[in-house]
Amino acid sequence: MSLSEIATNDMHGEKSAYFDGWKAYDRDPFHPKKNPNGVIQMGLAENQLSFDLIEEWITKHPEASICTPEGISQFKDVAIFQDYHGLAQFREAVANFMGKARGGRVKFDPNRIIMGGGATGANEMIMFCLANPEEAFLVPSPYYPAFDRDMRWRTKVKIFPVECKKSNNFQITKQALEDAYQKAQEQNIKVKGLIITNPSNPLGTTMNRETLKSLVSFINEKNIHLVADEIYAATVFSSPQFVSVAEVMKEVKCNPNLIHIVYSLSKDLGLPGLRVGIVYSYNDDVVSCGRKMSSFGLVSSQTQHLIASMLSDDEFVDNFLAESSKRLGKRHEIFTEGLANVGITCLESNAGLFVWMNLQHLLKDHTPDGEMELWHMIIHDVKLNVSPGSSFHCSEPGWFRVCFANMDEDTVYVALKRIKKFAGNGQKEGEPAKAKRWKNNNALRLSLSSRIYDETVMSPTMIISSPHSPMPRSPLVRART
Amino acid sequence: MLSKKVRLDAHGEDSSYFLGWKEYEKNAYDNVQNPSGIIQMGLAENQLSFHLLEAWLASNQDAARLTKNGESMFRELALFQDYHSLPDFKNVLVEFMAEIRRNKVSFDPRKLVLMAGATSANETLMFCIADPGDAFLLPTPYYPGFDRDLKWRTGVEIVPIHCSSSNGFKVTKFSLEEAYQQAQKLSLNVKGVLITNPSNPLGTTMSHDELDELITFAIAKKIHIISDEIYSGTVFDHPSFISIMEALLDRKLEETELWNRVHVVYSLSKDLGVPGFRVGMIYSNNEALVSAATKMSSFGLISSQTQYLLSKLLSDKEFTRNYMKENRKRLKARREMLVTALRGAGIECLKSNAGLFCWVDMRNLLSSNTFDAEVELWKKILREAGLNVSPGASCHCSEPGWFRICFANMSEETLNVSMQRMKAFVEKTTQQYCRRGGGRVTHQESGSNSRRRSFSNWVLNLCSYDREPYR
Repeated sequence: MSLSEIATNDMHGEKSAYFDGWKAYDRDPFHPKKNPNGVIQMGLAENQLSFDLIEEWITKHPEASICTPEGISQFKDVAIFQDYHGLAQFREAVANFMGKARGGRVKFDPNRIIMGGGATGANEMIMFCLANPEEAFLVPSPYYPAFDRDMRWRTKVKIFPVECKKSNNFQITKQALEDAYQKAQEQNIKVKGLIITNPSNPLGTTMNRETLKSLVSFINEKNIHLVADEIYAATVFSSPQFVSVAEVMKEVKCNPNLIHIVYSLSKDLGLPGLRVGIVYSYNDDVVSCGRKMSSFGLVSSQTQHLIASMLSDDEFVDNFLAESSKRLGKRHEIFTEGLANVGITCLESNAGLFVWMNLQHLLKDHTPDGEMELWHMIIHDVKLNVSPGSSFHCSEPGWFRVCFANMDEDTVYVALKRIKKFAGNGQKEGEPAKAKRWKNNNALRLSLSSRIYDETVMSPTMIISSPHSPMPRSPLVRART
Repeated sequence: MLSKKVRLDAHGEDSSYFLGWKEYEKNAYDNVQNPSGIIQMGLAENQLSFHLLEAWLASNQDAARLTKNGESMFRELALFQDYHSLPDFKNVLVEFMAEIRRNKVSFDPRKLVLMAGATSANETLMFCIADPGDAFLLPTPYYPGFDRDLKWRTGVEIVPIHCSSSNGFKVTKFSLEEAYQQAQKLSLNVKGVLITNPSNPLGTTMSHDELDELITFAIAKKIHIISDEIYSGTVFDHPSFISIMEALLDRKLEETELWNRVHVVYSLSKDLGVPGFRVGMIYSNNEALVSAATKMSSFGLISSQTQYLLSKLLSDKEFTRNYMKENRKRLKARREMLVTALRGAGIECLKSNAGLFCWVDMRNLLSSNTFDAEVELWKKILREAGLNVSPGASCHCSEPGWFRICFANMSEETLNVSMQRMKAFVEKTTQQYCRRGGGRVTHQESGSNSRRRSFSNWVLNLCSYDREPYR
């Protein structure tokens, strides 16, 4: 007897061509000494820039571990704690952190914090709470590829994309929402809500206040839910300031029962391995139900205890948020300037762990196939695993998401060097390199740091394995061998 | 406005099983602060061997501090979210599982999928095997949480396999067939049978014959078998534990279709007493299922720091052997304490050899042979004796009067206090029955079918108590 329909369909999304890049990387991963010509992983949105701050804190606070002599008195109580409310101190600490990541402009209630198995588990869980099978959520594109799996696979909820275009910097417009909503109605699809990622993955931009307000008005008017995935909230490194839906709720008339936030510590703190996902809902029924559902993906109590200690330390949190933001900003600057120097522009961004790179001028055909062709060239010839826009359901070919925070600085320069070489060769004949910036009101900055093209001694690089990698290898396996 | 799942009661939390917990939370026993509070005997936790874990940590600070040869593993662990899990962890887990089964079975780490708790593992198996509206057959009584784990978000149905006290609640060919027919009557497509072995709430291991019947049944009906072996390391007395995998090997079924339709669920929550760490797993020879379940585990991966810590702990073979031995010894002693004390109060337990609880026969204390009377008795035990025990109805038992009482989630002193209270309660209750009048009725032999009893007034005469202990 065969397995279920869910187990045998492809809705997990792993058969897509998107994973070819990972396969190439897994077969031939870059290492500065051992494999300097290998593929550099630029498809993984990880924040590796501020581990030292966390490690330092952990070393100074052995009591945060339940295994050290300083913390072992807590071992038993923590090890048996499986209450789906989660440790009170954990919820308080997370609520505190979330508030600080929003500049103290909003306060979060620890009793509305529900655990999820990473944001992956949290996003699936909120769908189970808000929508029935065959109902739909509107999702502005381009969007995070794994939404296809997280929101739809086991829930049978549909995704209805809302196309955003480069003509207005991929911002969501009320019109686009209305059109998508209308289209869904015509197809007899019941729309239960709208999900946004703010700051955006893959754009790296924060939503402006006015747009957010209009979204809240829209969902309120239609009486549908708004799920704001704010997983990149503390990766904002330059203005404009991050505006959370939690802030805007206070400024626009809306039914709070429609507003829900998904969060995680995977990006802001750089701790995806600890699986700390959060659903924060202003709807009491959703909190109650979500809490019961969280049994399917509770955060390890050992981790709850550690995080509770760490994020209750205000001095640490304040310092971390400031420093992390600064480091991300610097990395972003190095990378975007390096790209600009070879005529490659990116969407102007102020957040995230990646840039939305415009390679439209390098396409042979302005079609999805043209984009795929260019992408394969980048993987196999330039040896960079970047993510093609089509995998984010972008409606316009030629855009690529490129991650910059999952490697050390030296590797960034190696990548830029390769891009320089490629951009020189990959141009269309007769066309000089265009150092064109998207926004005309910003003067092009040509800061020529000699480091960009220096062959300095490389520091060891983290070799990362993707969670979606079909290859059964982990960084810890590689570390041993 | 919200999904149907929010409005449904399929999470099961309005059942009495959870109401008792709520009462306890309002008025929890503490030997110093609240000596008249409610003692929690409804929680199947293993708190007997923490000192061993703590001692290990004290002498293994490298693992405790997430270092390896002095080098910090923090960074690597912080980033590790591979759904194939830490290879070291899977390697030691399969060895641990094999040892629990006296090495009669060996396990391949590539067929093991880790996820956040057996709660997640059981639900994931449903998503992989059954479509909404399909059914799984489950022997009763069963763990109340299955109503949520197997049915809630999956849309799968449970059809009970009625087991009776007349044969010690064993699964029979007849009861399997009866359940299957019932499913057909309800137009439900049966996808498999899910057993918990050792059983929760019975505390018994399945016999060779039972497993054989089950296997024969699954072959004939071409259905799956899921064996939740979460209590496999708590077997403290004979007969020895026989895993479904061992039973398959005994019948040389490795090359058959059934081999790909048998799946084991396991967890460290009961054996190691670490439910907070959320360590669950699925083991299956079915490649397609392992592949699908691995992808689904993304929704509930185990925290990398926890994987690392436990991989170190379980790799210490001397420790694990000693731990399991000590653990079993303590569980056995605890069980003896409970059984003896209850017997002293005139109450018998189902003879058991595993688990963290006893299946207690309180039919004699029922005012009538009904589930209403069972609830009434349960409430009395809660409010008058101050003990939160789990009524059989919450475990879907077909006969009223049985209760699950846990013995491993408290100190010895607390257990003694609870037994004193129970004794006092039983004495008081039986005096009340005597005062109400009606004839003295001796309890029938264990061979009778309790469902045919129809008296409305029970009196237990402790002086002439001569019932045989249950087998």
